[in-house]
Amino acid sequence: MERNLKAALVASALLGAAPLAAAQVELRVMYYTDGIEDQVLGEQISRFEAENPGIKVALDVVAYKQIVEGLPVQLAAGEGPDIARVTDLGGLAKYYLDMRPYLEDAGYWVENFGPFLPWLRQEGDTESVCGYMTQMTVTGPFVNKTLFEQAGVAMPAKGATWEDWAAAVNEVARKLDIPIPLAMDRSGHRMAGPAISQGAAYFDAAGEPAVVDEGFKRMAQLLVDWHNDGTMSKELWGSVSGSSYRGANEEFGNAQVVMYMSGSWQIAQFSEQIGDDFDWWAVPNPCGPGTCTGMPGGAAMVAFKDTEHPAEVTKLMEFFAREDNLEDFYSRTLFIPGHVGLSAKGIDFQTDNPNAKHALGVFAEHIGEISPTAFQLQGYPFNRVMFNAAISRVNQAIVGEMSLDEAYGRIEQDVEQQIAEKKRGG
Amino acid sequence: MISRLLHFLGRGRGTGGRPHVTDVLTWLYLALGVFLMFAPVLWLGLSSFKTQAGLIEYPPTLAPLEQITVPVEGYDEPLPLFRVTGEDGVVRELAQVRRVGIISLMVDPAAPAERIKVPIDSIEKVREVKLAFENYAYPIAKLNFLGYLGNSVFVTVAATAITLVINSMAAFGLAIYRFPGRNVALGLVIGTLMFPLTIILVPTYLIVTELGMTNSLWGVILPGAATPTGVFLLRQYMLTIPGELIEAARLDRASEWQIYWRIVMPLALPALAVLAIFSVIWRWNEFLWPLIVLNRSENFTLQIGLHSFSGEFYTRWNYLLAMTVLTLLPVLFVFGWLQRFITTGIASAGIK
Amino acid sequence: MRQRLRELAALPWLLAMRALDRPFRLLQRGIGQGGMPYFFLVPNLLFFGTFVILPLLVNAAYSLTGGTELFLEDRPWIGAEHFGHLFACGDLLDPATCREDNFWRAIYNSMKFVTLQVGFMVALSLLTALVLNRKIRARGFFRAVFFFPVLLSPVVVALIWKWVLHRDGVLNALLESLGGDKILFFIDPGWAMFWAIFVSIWAHMGFYTLILLAGLQAIPPDLYEAAEMDGTSKTRTLWRITLPMLWPNLVVVIVLAMIKSVQTFDEVFVLTGGGPGTATQLIVQYIYDTGFASQVQNFGLAAAASYVLAVILIALTVIYIALAFRPDAKHA
Repeated sequence: MERNLKAALVASALLGAAPLAAAQVELRVMYYTDGIEDQVLGEQISRFEAENPGIKVALDVVAYKQIVEGLPVQLAAGEGPDIARVTDLGGLAKYYLDMRPYLEDAGYWVENFGPFLPWLRQEGDTESVCGYMTQMTVTGPFVNKTLFEQAGVAMPAKGATWEDWAAAVNEVARKLDIPIPLAMDRSGHRMAGPAISQGAAYFDAAGEPAVVDEGFKRMAQLLVDWHNDGTMSKELWGSVSGSSYRGANEEFGNAQVVMYMSGSWQIAQFSEQIGDDFDWWAVPNPCGPGTCTGMPGGAAMVAFKDTEHPAEVTKLMEFFAREDNLEDFYSRTLFIPGHVGLSAKGIDFQTDNPNAKHALGVFAEHIGEISPTAFQLQGYPFNRVMFNAAISRVNQAIVGEMSLDEAYGRIEQDVEQQIAEKKRGG
Repeated sequence: MISRLLHFLGRGRGTGGRPHVTDVLTWLYLALGVFLMFAPVLWLGLSSFKTQAGLIEYPPTLAPLEQITVPVEGYDEPLPLFRVTGEDGVVRELAQVRRVGIISLMVDPAAPAERIKVPIDSIEKVREVKLAFENYAYPIAKLNFLGYLGNSVFVTVAATAITLVINSMAAFGLAIYRFPGRNVALGLVIGTLMFPLTIILVPTYLIVTELGMTNSLWGVILPGAATPTGVFLLRQYMLTIPGELIEAARLDRASEWQIYWRIVMPLALPALAVLAIFSVIWRWNEFLWPLIVLNRSENFTLQIGLHSFSGEFYTRWNYLLAMTVLTLLPVLFVFGWLQRFITTGIASAGIK
Repeated sequence: MRQRLRELAALPWLLAMRALDRPFRLLQRGIGQGGMPYFFLVPNLLFFGTFVILPLLVNAAYSLTGGTELFLEDRPWIGAEHFGHLFACGDLLDPATCREDNFWRAIYNSMKFVTLQVGFMVALSLLTALVLNRKIRARGFFRAVFFFPVLLSPVVVALIWKWVLHRDGVLNALLESLGGDKILFFIDPGWAMFWAIFVSIWAHMGFYTLILLAGLQAIPPDLYEAAEMDGTSKTRTLWRITLPMLWPNLVVVIVLAMIKSVQTFDEVFVLTGGGPGTATQLIVQYIYDTGFASQVQNFGLAAAASYVLAVILIALTVIYIALAFRPDAKHA
């Protein structure tokens, strides 16, 4: 009896050990989620594992904070994952794996991800292929159309200026007693679109960062004025410090905001959170003397060069980036595609919500209207330094800690100092 | 009558039947205290049963509410129910088919054939109390909850055990002996008392990397084990132990090690209890350091795991709150169980 | 039953300790009694040295080098430049004239926070302890009520209060239902600092209350009886008997509260985000933001700032240890 048991144990141990012994490759994917993306990706990973029995993929869903704060240090120490979803596209570029030697069809990547690949490159690099966009985003405003109808105020048409919109939302808010006429995400990236519309160039003639110019000043002045006259609420921008992000999802979802300047990533959230409580309507980006642009942006899946299994990593990336898989991904997550072929073809988004359908259409249109300056800014590796300096200093001016002129000086000093530090090595 | 009640409750300074004014103040103070201490946490508990939409509602409702939906003949899905105030002031309950702009298209569930157009400012959702248990069910099913729990328990227990042993040994050494270098060691401990670990985050990470402890629970446990506060507290307490006791033990040929664990440790139990509680609370709740050290989900602790619901633009508050309540429960349970021991432990440590 | 359980729990510990008896007796024979204190110190110092002292030294190296590289060998030497930046001020008392204005703002915010927080914390803990020391029913219950927030994590504490205090929170709903107007607490520097202090006191005062309560209960009752016979007034009794007898406990409370207060970070950060503007940005948050949370992770400047903080902290510690100073080890 005992002997039988022992034999059985040995046999099962051998059997169990055999497949493990066949050099299984394990890949780690670090991922943050704003909605159901992790589920969709998880399903795709299961399919990939079924197709590739030699490769095991572990999906680590982490807090966004870990991507922003933990990942850079982990990568610097050589302890990062194999693949991650990141938003500091250019800042982390020195850690990315150029997948070209391993790609089966590099042409597919250049053709379909071409416009975005430069965002993932270090300065001077014009060729590498390091990842793809899980999501292309573009900034733009949403309005609570139901409030406009209730107030009997006509929505400004395409081509209207920021001042026109400010006047219109103030009228709606006054008639219906809405506390916040206009809200904007507290983020330098969100501020950049309107600033470029006001004529900001963000770079000098030599291509070096130069945040403060006449156009930027116009925008900063508008923001200060809006906060002072009650068009915007200090509750949103004033209530945090530094470069902390602060959205207005809750306030907008509660119908306390008439117009909310945010971006395409909100569509899935609004569908779930607001549903049909009121009509949330995406509208064209308002104009300034310069143009009428939003900011492009997004999150990318990238492979890291510290990986021990570059071939397998590339294989997994190719799987994720395959047209059918991406179509499935974008259509379920309600993300604007970051894939040229799919954008041309159009995605059949899986939503019943008429507001969401409309918004997806509007944001697709925004993409065609993005100014070259906005693209240049998005492609600059240290753009976050510029965004963060702008938002934290303009904000200090808004709450009265310093004057706007002082803020301009501080923005220039902050950007200069941080970029100098960056260039000193690292 | 009232004064009798107060007297019964108070049994304070008042002599005879009349409560002294200080008794009344005492009770007002305590009542306010109970309210201030409990209300926010009860609010958290109630909120954890609300849907994401319910959480952001204003004015906030006390109980978790959900709109009632009713099956209506001729419609596949149940329709949401509204209370409609007509122009004549009559209130009816109608189901909404859909809303177009500011006009709501409704039907009477009893007579579904006729459609009624109603302006939306005259309708109000009909709701009932409903606990959103899926706030708990979904994350537990989706996350490796038991795994995270296991990791958290392991980190908490192992870290606390190590901290207690090495801190008490050091405190013993610093309290009982006079030896060359003692003041240097004492100075190091006291000098770093106020240093928050947050500000040496990066160098500590570098060292943990060099030691190959990233992505291991030991990388979370070991760096915080030698707490200066622990050494300081324990030493201060051990100083009160009478020297004669130790001298007597030495005369009985006890080794120094025996003096440590047979005499001093049992006497220092209250202070050890305080340190243990601190360590447990701190380790159980630790967030920032594990977030940096651990990037593989099989090693996540509860605090890290529950934050996987916070994204870049959007945080699933309903899940996050529910998971927060869940992570609170073990601590509250332990506290409820050991309440008397803990409080007297802290109390006697304070006597020093 | 409970006694049994406790014995059972202690058993592995006792067995382990007993097993170590013999080897350590041999050790003592080897190194002599005079060597034993070092033996007791070594494990702790090993950890302490590796994870506290060594990082502090690495930090020193960071503070004197530039760039954004993690490994020291990749970082160019820049001398005291970071310190120079921190102290490049027109007027040290006016942050706006400083190159690193936010560093000095954070220093002054921290000073304000620590002073007010520790002051009110000690006062409220003392008051609560005095109240709980009266002859009241259910003292255990009330003791527990004041203590339990100590168990909550700083992040949770801040989240709970954020839900209560924000624009559409329950406190504003209450204010409106009482006929008042909403108050936007987090856009007013005064209110924001008030709530930051309030919430951290809420979270920690239970612990200090317990220490003080124990001290009060240890005061011999006959002292009070004697005072009563002499016809001493209650106020005078408080000043002449209670407070002097409680002094050792008060010192412990002040020192511990100071330590905790200076280290405050996540509580306030989650609650107010450091705002409005930088009104509640504390020094630890500044260091964290500079070295860690920004795109250009400026370890050097953060390390330099942490050394300036260290100098301030050590000065504070010395002052308070002097307060707490008691006769040193009496044995051996």
